[in-house]
Amino acid sequence: MDTKEIISRLNGVFRDVFGDDSISVSQDTTSADIEDWDSLAHINLMDAVENEFGLRFKMREVSSMKNVGDMIRLIAERGK
Amino acid sequence: MKELNFPFDGKDIIRRRLAIRKQLLSDGTVRIKKRVAVLGGSTTDHVIAALELFLLNFGIEPVFYQSEYNKFYEDAVFGNQELDSFEPDIIYIHTSSRNITMFPESPAEKAEEVENRLSQQFAVFKQVWESLMQRFNCPVIQNNFELPLFRRTGSYDGWSVSGHAAFIERLNVMLSDYARANHGLYIHDINYLSAVCGLANWHDAEAWYLYKYAMSTSVIPDLAYSLACIIKSIYGRNHKVIDLDLDNTLWGGVIGDDGQEGIEIGPETAVGQSYSEFQSFIRGYKDYGILLAVCSKNDESNAVLGLEHPSGILKPSDFVSIKANWEPKDRNITETSQELSLGLDSFVFIDDNPAECAMIEGQLPMVQTVSMNNVQNAMYTLTRGGYFEVTSVSEDDMKRSEMYAANAQRAAQRGSFESYEDYLVSLQMSAVIYDFKPLYIQRITQLVNKSNQFNLTTKRYNENEIKEVSISPDHICLCGRLLDKFGDNGIVSVIIGRKNGNVLDIELWLMSCRVLKRDMELAMLDELVSQAERAGIRRIKGYYYKSPKNSMVSEFYGSIGFELDEKLENGDSVWHLDLKGYENKNKVIKILEKENI
Repeated sequence: MDTKEIISRLNGVFRDVFGDDSISVSQDTTSADIEDWDSLAHINLMDAVENEFGLRFKMREVSSMKNVGDMIRLIAERGK
Repeated sequence: MKELNFPFDGKDIIRRRLAIRKQLLSDGTVRIKKRVAVLGGSTTDHVIAALELFLLNFGIEPVFYQSEYNKFYEDAVFGNQELDSFEPDIIYIHTSSRNITMFPESPAEKAEEVENRLSQQFAVFKQVWESLMQRFNCPVIQNNFELPLFRRTGSYDGWSVSGHAAFIERLNVMLSDYARANHGLYIHDINYLSAVCGLANWHDAEAWYLYKYAMSTSVIPDLAYSLACIIKSIYGRNHKVIDLDLDNTLWGGVIGDDGQEGIEIGPETAVGQSYSEFQSFIRGYKDYGILLAVCSKNDESNAVLGLEHPSGILKPSDFVSIKANWEPKDRNITETSQELSLGLDSFVFIDDNPAECAMIEGQLPMVQTVSMNNVQNAMYTLTRGGYFEVTSVSEDDMKRSEMYAANAQRAAQRGSFESYEDYLVSLQMSAVIYDFKPLYIQRITQLVNKSNQFNLTTKRYNENEIKEVSISPDHICLCGRLLDKFGDNGIVSVIIGRKNGNVLDIELWLMSCRVLKRDMELAMLDELVSQAERAGIRRIKGYYYKSPKNSMVSEFYGSIGFELDEKLENGDSVWHLDLKGYENKNKVIKILEKENI
């Protein structure tokens, strides 16, 4: 799965979770870039990304994820 | 909204919750507003997010107070200004086995020591409930405790003195015992729910380590749904009728083709056994006041023949209405709803034919459909769907079916009288009109929260508020019980009036629709006037507040002799009645002395 496809599917997830169809993420997107990205949204996002790509993040990965780029890397490794 | 009905896709609901919420809030439904305080022993964000959607779908618009993480005890026992000023209508305590702090620590502990731990642990929760009820006087919902996933000693954990599973089971019994003995505490059975989801799915240790969620986020929608069912039941939003198809729904086979001897019901075959179990499951709902009805494409004689099968458990007399004909089912359900004076949103329709269910969903979206591909599936959907969630059982519930059946007999008699008054006289009605006696508080609360049609103000009161007005010197409270030659209709009408100098404002007047057009409203008025006069009242003011369901009483006050003061553009109106020269209006109901009943 290439980065472009992952980003496109991630956009679908982000748009649902934040209820905002204008969201478009990049490698550098962080929680500071999206206004409603609070702790509830973060957990929703993790769950929804895991369901979308059929993988489970490890605890250490969740706590060390700094930006969408980190997420994409993990999805590229293990996602479906 | 269909996607919020059981069985739902919890993950999808959470992912799209913002869009779903927006859609619900803009669908034009009129909802009752409730302030819900959620006091958590673990993180509650997901619980609130999902609960909000399910409550909105049940016609309740919640506003939430959320305790700080694991501050349920502090908030409850020591108070909290924010919570105080929130003035909750209902409180939910979201605790779990993660909040049990006094588990036995060693297999060497003696039975008395464990007993001591149990009573100390129970005391923590009891203190929480009692403080909350004292401060807020509102319903409190408490999770019981789920079994742990991990256990050190195998089955021994469940029955040994110091076993943790054994400790949890005993604590749960203590919770139930307390809830049965104390009105206002409702147990949310997550012990069952976690079992039905599977403990291995329910528990998610990582969700605890990472976010302090006491259960997997994937089961939180299940938890929120089951909680929402309790809340909507407390606010009188339960369904009331099961409307059933017959062929391949209550028995195997088609009665019109196979004949009485050909359909499958009873112990001879596996299919027959499954339908026996189903009929007996459905039969049991009657004892909780749920009405049963038939809606089947059949000749009526065949339908009755099927129901009279010697091995059948449900008999024709178990149903308050049998519609067996070739008309479209939406028409039959609508007719049944009119005959019973119950809204379509009271109906659960069960049919094995998915096309019929789809047709009902399209034509009558407020009817809950259960598409039955087999018996066990239908029983599971009824179980988890929570359409009939019980939060209190009154004696009237247990007799309700008989009362409606008696109504049908009364209706049958009506045709043969010269005048309507002759008919009313022939019913040999008598009534007893009481103040709010403690014995009837529960039934009164139930009526107050579920009567929509004959209800002038649709003002809702919880059980504690009813108790308060019942002893308040500023209020006149009446409840009326109607009897006739077919039976006792129980408490059917409630009035709450507030004194304001020599004026009495009627804050609530409602009547059960099953006694419409029986002049009970006149008997209630006579008694109200008589009590008001004794209290020095000169004028009674009546208010009609328009709701989506109460148009039948928009001119009620005018029809019983009140004069119109003003009519507002939104449909509300204000009326008054001067008591001077009032003459009793009821001529057909004999008023019995309270002592004689």
